[in-house]
Amino acid sequence: MAHIKKANGIVDWLDQRLAVNKLFDVLMAKYWIPKQINFLWAMGVILTTLFVILFVSGLFLVMYYKPDVALAFDSVNKTIMQEVEYGWLWRHMHGVAASVVFLIIYIHMLTGIYYGSYKKGREMIWISGMLLFVVFSAEAFSGYMLPWGQMSFWAAQVITQLFGGIPFIGDALVVWIRGDFAVSDPTLTRFFMLHVCLLPIVILAIIAFHFYSLRIPHVNNEISEEIDFDLEAEKYLAGDTKNSKVIPFWPGFLAKDFMYIALFMIFFFYLVCFKFSFAMDPINFDPANSLKTPPHIYPEWYFLWSYEVLRGFFFDIGSVKAFDIGLAAFGIAQIIFFLLPWLDRSDVVKPAHERPMFFVWFWVLLIDLIVLTVYGKLPPTGVNAWIGFYASMVFLLLLLVVLPIITIMERKRG
Amino acid sequence: MATSESRRSFMGFAFGTVAAVGGAFSLVAMKKTWDPLPSVKAAGVTTVDLSGMKEGELRTIEWRKKPIFILKKDADMAKDSNRDVVIGDVAYTVVIGLCTHLGCIPAYAPSEKLFKCACHGGEFDTSGKNVFGPPPRPLDIPPFRIDGTKLVLGEEGPEYKKMIAEA
Repeated sequence: MAHIKKANGIVDWLDQRLAVNKLFDVLMAKYWIPKQINFLWAMGVILTTLFVILFVSGLFLVMYYKPDVALAFDSVNKTIMQEVEYGWLWRHMHGVAASVVFLIIYIHMLTGIYYGSYKKGREMIWISGMLLFVVFSAEAFSGYMLPWGQMSFWAAQVITQLFGGIPFIGDALVVWIRGDFAVSDPTLTRFFMLHVCLLPIVILAIIAFHFYSLRIPHVNNEISEEIDFDLEAEKYLAGDTKNSKVIPFWPGFLAKDFMYIALFMIFFFYLVCFKFSFAMDPINFDPANSLKTPPHIYPEWYFLWSYEVLRGFFFDIGSVKAFDIGLAAFGIAQIIFFLLPWLDRSDVVKPAHERPMFFVWFWVLLIDLIVLTVYGKLPPTGVNAWIGFYASMVFLLLLLVVLPIITIMERKRG
Repeated sequence: MATSESRRSFMGFAFGTVAAVGGAFSLVAMKKTWDPLPSVKAAGVTTVDLSGMKEGELRTIEWRKKPIFILKKDADMAKDSNRDVVIGDVAYTVVIGLCTHLGCIPAYAPSEKLFKCACHGGEFDTSGKNVFGPPPRPLDIPPFRIDGTKLVLGEEGPEYKKMIAEA
């Protein structure tokens, strides 16, 4: 046991027992962040804030929510919205945060792509981040089901039906996942468990891993400069803070982050108080009806791009069914970004504007994702179906063919 | 020393084996816990009397929480000997009303004589065969038994078995 002596204060008392000073150094004061980064690097801290908001508002919601097909709809729309004091606030904070968290995740991801933050040495940061994205998607989907409105029900119907496309075991798998021949009470209760228990635990674990994976190769910077963090930290600690290329996470960097969080919170609470309806689909205010499909069903905005890839292939090619092509393309869309560090064959770490072909590729990808998102919301008829088809083709080609080719060309040029 | 090393690896191997067997049994238990409950599996049999239906009329009933379309074919609708449920001399289309693409309920458009799914644009003809869009196969036919003018859904009668055998 460490030698315990009479403490000269609370911090010293804790330090002798929990090494709080050392912990603070490791997590905050001697965690080095490059100076040359812009507001796009604040997205991680904003995401952490949003996760805390989701967690806390979720705790208040779960105290009144009832996971039962007969009670769920009223427990949300009557009890929480009309009877519980400030119930509306928790619901709108939860709903808006669930939607906005994806906006910030996408900005965070695209920032990583633009500055090459997934490359050489930072692969694990990228992969753990992508894992977080996938688990967040499952979390969002399982939560969307819980109010048991029409969109909840039909989203559950369509998404669970997707597993039916898996060869041989598909149909049995769908019944197993649902716990019934159709989406019903057992489906709701198990998705409730996933949403409030299992998936949050998994998310917390991957967040911890994501942060840890960042500590060894360190965070990238605006000019993708390779910094010797030990050397620069020594400079900083020796008092040459001006010439050092790094600052400690606390107080330097976090102070800047707090400003961005404050700005973001203004935007967030503006949405919560005045524009909450964008995260609340009107069809979901009709109670679930298993015998009537809404005329036009679509997911929330953040899933539209992959939904459009799923339905973009609307005709059979040879003997391959359109359904199977769409499902395969959808499957690829879910996992393709995991492979980015290996699809990008160039080991140059530079921001996109210093890699001419990659720069064009990046913006074409971004535009294509926007086109997919817009057409994912529109009915898949006539010319819309063809635009959806071409945009889906462009998406697959960009990632599977164009990116490897241009990065190989880049590597050859040196 | 050598003896204790081999004893240690034996202990490790024995522990690993016990843990693997226990883990495998746990996985089976977890799988079965998510299976449909007996009360769900024993979902009832539904009987419908078709004698009151008019020609060209579409009726939707519920069976095992799924919609079932029953369409009494009129003279204009093409007969399909592989799919029609014939009672007396009248042909009926009896199908599970869930699009075979992703499980939405198609709506019937009487003027075009088509079942149209709004979700992804799939279309089915009056025999329930997919004629346009992403659905990979015709609408599924539920197990049925013919009892006079009544249709018993959920039981496999000789007509159903014959239909399945030919398909």
